[in-house]
Amino acid sequence: MRIALPFLALTLGLLLGGTATAADDSAPLPVEHAQWSFEGPLGTYDRGALQRGFQVYKEVCSACHSLNLVAFHDLDGPGGPGFTEAQAKALAAGYKIPAGPNDKGEIFDTHGNPLTRPGVLADHFPPPFPNEEAARASNGGALPPDLSLIVKARAGGPDYVNSLLIGFSQKPPHGFTVQDGKFYNPYFAGRNIAMPPPLVDGSVTYADGTKSSVVQEAHDVVTFLAWAADPNLEARHQMGLEVMAFLVLLSGLLYLSYRKIWKGQH
Amino acid sequence: MAGNSTYVPATGFTRWLDKRLPILRLTHDTVSTFPTPRNLNIWYTFGGILTFCLGVQIVTGVVLAMHYVASADLAFNSVEGGIMREVNYGWLIRILHANGASMFFLAVYIHMFRGVYYGSYKEPREMIWILGVLIYLLMMATAFFGYVLPWGQMSFWGATVITSLFSALDQVIPHLGTAITTWLWGDFAVGDATLNRFFSLHYLLPFAIAAVVGLHIWALHIPGNNNPLGIDVKGPQDTVPFHPYYTAKDAFYLALFMILFAAFVFYAPDFFGNPDNSIQANPLVTPTDIVPEWYLLPYYAMLRSVPQKLIGVLVLLGSLVTLFLIPWLDSSKVRSCRFRPLMKQCFWVFALDCVLLGYVGSQSADAVLNLGGMQLPLVWLARAGTAYYFAYFWVLMPLVGRIERTKALPESIAKSVLGTAGERI
Amino acid sequence: MATAIKPEPTRRDFLYIATGAVGAVGTAFTAWPFIDQMNPTSAVLALASIEVDLASVQPGQQVVFKWRGHPLFVRRRTPKEIAEARAVAVTDLIDPLARNANLPDSAPATDANREFKPEWLVLLGVCTHLGCTPTVSTPQSPQGDYGGWLCHCHGSQYDTSGRVRKGPAPQNLAVPPYSFMSDTKIKVG
Repeated sequence: MRIALPFLALTLGLLLGGTATAADDSAPLPVEHAQWSFEGPLGTYDRGALQRGFQVYKEVCSACHSLNLVAFHDLDGPGGPGFTEAQAKALAAGYKIPAGPNDKGEIFDTHGNPLTRPGVLADHFPPPFPNEEAARASNGGALPPDLSLIVKARAGGPDYVNSLLIGFSQKPPHGFTVQDGKFYNPYFAGRNIAMPPPLVDGSVTYADGTKSSVVQEAHDVVTFLAWAADPNLEARHQMGLEVMAFLVLLSGLLYLSYRKIWKGQH
Repeated sequence: MAGNSTYVPATGFTRWLDKRLPILRLTHDTVSTFPTPRNLNIWYTFGGILTFCLGVQIVTGVVLAMHYVASADLAFNSVEGGIMREVNYGWLIRILHANGASMFFLAVYIHMFRGVYYGSYKEPREMIWILGVLIYLLMMATAFFGYVLPWGQMSFWGATVITSLFSALDQVIPHLGTAITTWLWGDFAVGDATLNRFFSLHYLLPFAIAAVVGLHIWALHIPGNNNPLGIDVKGPQDTVPFHPYYTAKDAFYLALFMILFAAFVFYAPDFFGNPDNSIQANPLVTPTDIVPEWYLLPYYAMLRSVPQKLIGVLVLLGSLVTLFLIPWLDSSKVRSCRFRPLMKQCFWVFALDCVLLGYVGSQSADAVLNLGGMQLPLVWLARAGTAYYFAYFWVLMPLVGRIERTKALPESIAKSVLGTAGERI
Repeated sequence: MATAIKPEPTRRDFLYIATGAVGAVGTAFTAWPFIDQMNPTSAVLALASIEVDLASVQPGQQVVFKWRGHPLFVRRRTPKEIAEARAVAVTDLIDPLARNANLPDSAPATDANREFKPEWLVLLGVCTHLGCTPTVSTPQSPQGDYGGWLCHCHGSQYDTSGRVRKGPAPQNLAVPPYSFMSDTKIKVG
């Protein structure tokens, strides 16, 4: 290993040290780590946070962001926000789902609006805009991303989305130019973000009496979005425990068998 | 195999079967009684583990194909919406398949490095090695096609970048490369046609792998296993029957490997994944950093270390073709690095070199390393790493075998393992 | 290895048997997700019930809807058809059971046991022989001898209550689980 040692040191140094990034104003800040109930091998979603987070999504985010992959029947499914079937049905019925054409082949009602029907459990959350062009036109050319997988689709996961949501409170450093129609957010790449600050204290009124500070709202909606991105986390953690226990038992037995068979052979 | 079979059919049915399809005889001779060196260590259990990995990938893959839709419009939703949410246990089967690919490559790398360290590619086992390299290349192709199927951003752009390697041929014959990429894509860019043919090939290739695995094992049964000492088997005292000795040992280490596999599947299913692949493919927006899966990173680093497109592609190709040739590049008469002090050093530097290249491949192309005030562009590390990769095979392997003083080889496997030959049988 | 004949399992054998048994149990449990994945997905199950609007169906007319991937016959019977169906004695039937998911399994196949309202007959349009879709009989285009349906695959005939009267079909056409939400709306499933 004499020759290999310095090489090993160099490799390890590289892996641990990482590369230097040019420190300039527009490089995003590293995300802040927050505490999440779903972290760790035994993590589960906090039901209260999921329900409050759903409220934040419904009353704030859903004005611009779709949640295409999530269906209403997920809301009362196992491992989810824990709404009852009746609550989930009522929530679904509050959404208008495109319904045309009708028996006469019409796709618009007498006022020229597209035909709709109330949502049912089988439906997915309808998008706020009918198409990408409409979404861009309403948002200064920027496309609000679908939020179904947003927690998985960003490096840093829940910590990134959380940092971004509470990062609007930070002021740009002296001399930093915020582009026209954009907002300063130090956690966003380039630090100029097209999304206006979505959360303020009291954006929503929580049914369970929790005080709706920006930090609380962000925490709740990130928990909800983490569930939306990974709805089987609880089932997975539970099964993982069982599988691990089984494999440890099996390994133990296989080890004893192996030792017994090899006794005296090496 | 033939000629000295010890199989004796016990029942009327097995006697009947043995005359018509001697499959039980084959199993008996190749698995049950196959004489195997008694000193194989933990690194020799990866053959069995790899067979397990191939089985897992085929079974989970066949199931996923029942729910997957190979269409540019629907593929992403069929994976992220259908399989991951709606299909019963679809999430489990999908993360088994995705992490199974990484486990497969982890195991194959250990298997290959073991082969290199103990000189298992050397005469008379050249064909085992060559078939193994062929399996490895088929695995890379299969993994590449498979990674495209979820139709995320990294799927799409990975497919674009890798297929575009062929456009380097434009520098040899004008328009040839472009013609080939267009043919590969079935379109003017990666699209619906590309996705469908990749799906077809992704489903096909694993069966080709299984066939070559059959040849690989057949070739193994002609000379029998190499072993950590690298010396030949001299008699029955040097071996034990494969069953129950190595079935028991392989099963135990397979269970340990499954614990590692399960840890990723249940507690870190996205560890090997890339966040960008949770975004549906968008032909108009390229992610800021295109990174292949971890098991291809060293080759990616070598490709990027060369500023000239065609030469970069040739380096990449050369790094793979070289692997086929190492049985003839290595000049040493001694197989195992245990008895080759100098080659052992070179081997470990090579192993670290691969890790280093992997690291460089994972960083952005223009990254700069800050070493206490000294700025070192990573591309220079990539070049040094690439140079060593080729030097290891083309310079050190032929040279070291001629100049090094090897240590004395033990008299026999039995003597080395048991103290004195055959006494304790 | 051992040469002595062993009449009963030793402790050593017990270890191997235990190991094998645990491995077999693990394999069995592992098989379940791979079997269950072929069952209907949560999306399919969520779609298992539909609402049907009856307002546009005319007397004597049958309208076909799709429910759980099968044709659903909704027939608005004329008084003549109802009278014909009611005149049949249960003892004359091939299948004496109502086959109505809304009633106990033992309910007899009287016409009253085949519907909630005499005018409306709601049936699964799947021939109980081998699953073809029977063709509806109308005065203009009679199908079979009983005024109900004829299955062209193998000639089974059904009456105006959807009960099998002739041919290889063993059972009456099934009545799916449904309920009236209003006078003109039913919920099926």
